[in-house]
Amino acid sequence: MSFETPDFSLALPEIWLLGAICVVLIVDLFVRGSRRSVTFFLTQAVLLVTAALAITTQWGVTETTFSGHYVVDPLAAMLKATLALLVVLALAYTRPYLEARGLLQGEVYLLALFATLGMLIIASGGSLLTLYLGLEMLSLSLYALVAYHRDSRQAAEAAMKYFVLGALASGILLYGMSMVYGGAASLELAVIAEAAASEEPPLLLLFGMSFMLVGVAFKLGAAPFHAWVPDVYQGAPTPVTLFISTAPKVAAVALFLRLLVDGLGPLHETLQPMLLILAAVSLLLGNLTAIMQTNLKRMLAYSGIAHAGFIVLALAAGTEAGHAAALFYVIAYGIMAAGAFGLIIVLSSAGTEAEQIADYRGLNERHPILAGVLLLLMISMTGIPGTIGFYAKYLVLKAAVEADLIAMAVLAVIAAVIGAFYYLRVLKVAYFDRPEVPPEGSQKPTGPNEGSVGEGEGATPSRPDGAAGTVLVPGASLPIRALLVVNGAAVLVLGIFPERLIALCQSVLGAG
Amino acid sequence: MDPVLVEWVLYAIVLLPLIAALIAGIGGPWIGRVGAHRVTIGGVGLATVLSFWVLYAQVWGGAAPLDITVYTWATVGNLSFEIGFLVDRLTAVMMATVTFVALMVHIYTIGYMHDDPGYQRFFSYIALFTFAMLMLVMANNLLQLFFAWEAVGLVSYLLIGFWYTRESAIFANLKAFLVNRVGDLGLLLGIAVLASAFGTLHYGELFAAVAEAPDQTLNLFGAAEWSLITVACVLIFIGCMGKSAQVPLHVWLPDSMEGPTPISALIHAATMVTAGIFLVARLSPLFELSTVALTVVLVVGALTAFFMGLIGLVQNDIKRVVAYSTLSQLGYMVAALGVSAYAAGVYHLFTHAFFKALLFLAAGSVIIALHHEQDMRKMGGLAKYLPITYITMLIGTLALIGFPGFSGFFSKEAVIAAVGYSAGGWATFAYWLLVLGVFVTALYSFRLLFMVFHGEERMDAHAREHLHESPRVVTIPLLLLAVPSVLIGLLTFGPMVIGDFFKVDGSIQVLATEHGLAYLAAGYTGVLGFIGHAFATPVPYLAFAGFLTAWLLYIKRPEWRPRVVAPLAPLQRLLEHKYGFDWLYVQGAAGGGRALARGLTLVGERWIIDGALVNGSARLIGRAAAGVRQLQTGYLYHYAFIMVIGVLLLITLFVVRTVLA
Repeated sequence: MSFETPDFSLALPEIWLLGAICVVLIVDLFVRGSRRSVTFFLTQAVLLVTAALAITTQWGVTETTFSGHYVVDPLAAMLKATLALLVVLALAYTRPYLEARGLLQGEVYLLALFATLGMLIIASGGSLLTLYLGLEMLSLSLYALVAYHRDSRQAAEAAMKYFVLGALASGILLYGMSMVYGGAASLELAVIAEAAASEEPPLLLLFGMSFMLVGVAFKLGAAPFHAWVPDVYQGAPTPVTLFISTAPKVAAVALFLRLLVDGLGPLHETLQPMLLILAAVSLLLGNLTAIMQTNLKRMLAYSGIAHAGFIVLALAAGTEAGHAAALFYVIAYGIMAAGAFGLIIVLSSAGTEAEQIADYRGLNERHPILAGVLLLLMISMTGIPGTIGFYAKYLVLKAAVEADLIAMAVLAVIAAVIGAFYYLRVLKVAYFDRPEVPPEGSQKPTGPNEGSVGEGEGATPSRPDGAAGTVLVPGASLPIRALLVVNGAAVLVLGIFPERLIALCQSVLGAG
Repeated sequence: MDPVLVEWVLYAIVLLPLIAALIAGIGGPWIGRVGAHRVTIGGVGLATVLSFWVLYAQVWGGAAPLDITVYTWATVGNLSFEIGFLVDRLTAVMMATVTFVALMVHIYTIGYMHDDPGYQRFFSYIALFTFAMLMLVMANNLLQLFFAWEAVGLVSYLLIGFWYTRESAIFANLKAFLVNRVGDLGLLLGIAVLASAFGTLHYGELFAAVAEAPDQTLNLFGAAEWSLITVACVLIFIGCMGKSAQVPLHVWLPDSMEGPTPISALIHAATMVTAGIFLVARLSPLFELSTVALTVVLVVGALTAFFMGLIGLVQNDIKRVVAYSTLSQLGYMVAALGVSAYAAGVYHLFTHAFFKALLFLAAGSVIIALHHEQDMRKMGGLAKYLPITYITMLIGTLALIGFPGFSGFFSKEAVIAAVGYSAGGWATFAYWLLVLGVFVTALYSFRLLFMVFHGEERMDAHAREHLHESPRVVTIPLLLLAVPSVLIGLLTFGPMVIGDFFKVDGSIQVLATEHGLAYLAAGYTGVLGFIGHAFATPVPYLAFAGFLTAWLLYIKRPEWRPRVVAPLAPLQRLLEHKYGFDWLYVQGAAGGGRALARGLTLVGERWIIDGALVNGSARLIGRAAAGVRQLQTGYLYHYAFIMVIGVLLLITLFVVRTVLA
């Protein structure tokens, strides 16, 4: 094997990001206490430049370098810009929350930057090795982020669960990759694709594929590899939950597109039934379990599983339209999830976490604008026309029907109808229930040190709207509230004018 | 003509009223009353100027018809949902009419709504209406038309119920809303038939597709073959009947007089109610292909024209008389459409917009002077107190009854002549209804004029003391509207109706060469000749007879009235009950609907849906959910176990498949 000097200029976004991370790391060493915001603003600037670089240097280029380990194509450029921008959005919500709780340390931003680097590498992954490296970089940063609030038992427990299960999934993925390597005798996805396209693909490839699928499904949070999702979503500090539910989901779709479409696309016929099982289980389990939740973060976690079901269904279609639908869906989900968790952040103050659904009673009377944002987000997640969530679901269903997966499309619609119940219940609570001022002392503290994550799952009495409500006082400053309103408006605007984004998703995947 | 400039102008025309409406509606409390009327009048005024510019460009500037698609909203299969503009002469005439009348009404409103607490809201609504109506006439496809159609309906609903604490206003706006639902359903179905058969909603493409395959059929009930075009046209015309208040969907229009008078002038006389006429004219290439649909249009129009005019004879509310007269005149327009005399129908729409807006605004001026008294039995002798109002109302009345030389004379004469020259039994039937309608029109118009402005003063002493002419913001629009009411016919009749005004750029298409207007054109020698020719028909004599009857019964010999009315008592009762339509709808349709709903609530909703389906499935899902959540125990080893089971499941499935294969 000959060694060729790689074309470093092609990987400019990653190289820039890596260099910038080192600078931020050093700058962070020298800023103290109240001036910590410097790190925040520097981080955001770095990410914006990364997005700009991805567009300017990689858009319209189709090349490989680093001996085929690194791919540049329109998909990579679009993914990188999207990822960086989603991270910017997610991090924008973090600062006041962390500041109010004395948690504003540079680590959050550095870890987020490292996670972003990992995601960018996934987006450009041309071989099993690059993809695995990117994935591990992302995962390790996320484990640390979840455990970031060291004194919180919940967070520590969530991080532990995430780490162990993540390691298991990672192991399974690596096992699958080793089999694929054995079958195709190469790490390069292009070569693997050739091997997979042969008349009789090696059996090892098929086995390897099933294992790799598990790794991807774990990242995506699709059932039955979803068990970490509720506990991590609930246990992690809300800004971290917000982060996890946005960009890494896009990265998971990117991982699928690289690994199982670029690499093993020719084996789709074998892959499809597996994907359909994952989709069906995710849709049903996610939506059914979400109904029983009294904790909003946990409900959103299960709803995230259900959304993962939709994404997997789109991928199961196996057509370019399906892939584009998955990409559009995951971006739409990222925007909606950022808004939903952002709303929790805005309504939480140092003492109280606004995570019980019952806390939202009478929200409309106290904060009509925030209630309006909640309305938009919930109807969008339900998939009501006029919001981005509708087009996301519509494209997925269209792709599924065109791929003759009619029964699954019907199932998905039924699941979405079930899902409407819990989204609308939140709205009912926010708009029609009277806020109750609980008697002194009876208010259950929901501070970060109380209780364990999963233990309440079977045991808590399931009064549908939870127990005593907390009177929420938005703790966040005006800019964050404005950001939230813009986030909510984006759901509406993109729901009325979705073509540009849809066309973009389709063009980078060669559909339409 | 620079087409880029035209495009830019179109955006401005549509968006200026919308922006003004938003500013006045949302920013109302901040900009105050004066700010609200300044911004909306400014927006609508600019739109008016630009609309006249477009009219000029289209008619004299030699600009080609403009058909642009601005934005593709969504594409479903082969069907595109687009927003676009089609500007040809028909559109340009409508734009100029709509914006001009809207501007007059905006100015007039300053005076009429002077003391109303909802001042800003009102201006916001009427500017919003102007926007929606412009979108309606400027649309280049049926979907956008439908949206605008619904939007004008919405604003109409909001404005009829503007004084929302009055029970009668709420009843009226609900009635208008429900009756329009019936019509709109027809329109929507008609659009759906066309879309499914021809796969496009764009006018131009649709007309081309229809022209290629005009003889399609479809099976509606059983095996009977129906002509697709006829079905589509009749359905669309049902939409027009709702919006343009044709029998039997007319019942909402008289009640809509519950809204403030400027609204009655703008929406329920000059513009919105004529949307149906506009639509049929716009779709003339479709209607031309269906004789059946045209006959339906003709008969409905003629019935409306005559029988609604009759009801006007027994009304005592000044606005309701004008409302029934509107219904009757709409009937004339529709009847003209029914004999392919689209140009005559649209021309009557055009002149009617001016003189009917004038009549309503003058009636409003009377109402202001009497402190919101609308009962004509409490008026009389007002001519000397309100000279400007009187003169302008007289001009409007002369135009309405078709006094030779006034605008209404030309348009109505053209309609009647076109119907008269048309062949066929239905046309003859319609012709006589329309001719008799002329007598009725003159009778109720002069009855109104005499009861309000002449004779003894029947108002109470308090009201009489405060009588004075309305402020200038009220009288100036009256004078400005009076000018076109008199002159516009003399100036434009020849080119617009007789000439090729609408045909030259394809705005309106007429297939047959042997139609009423063609005969009319063949014998046309000029304005004077046309007036002279009219005296060879019974029309002017009937109008004069109507005037004479009114004069005799209300001025000269009021004591004769009981003797004349007594033998006609059954007829009067019938008219006072408006032929029983209201009773039928309120008791029959609405009452029956409510009874049916009560039954369904009990059986369908409580037992079947709530009991079995909703609660049943909710219980089922609740149980399933309770079961599924047991999986989430919180124990890490359980989670890991689930994952491993998952891996096994996938592998097993795959191995089984591969081994079997």
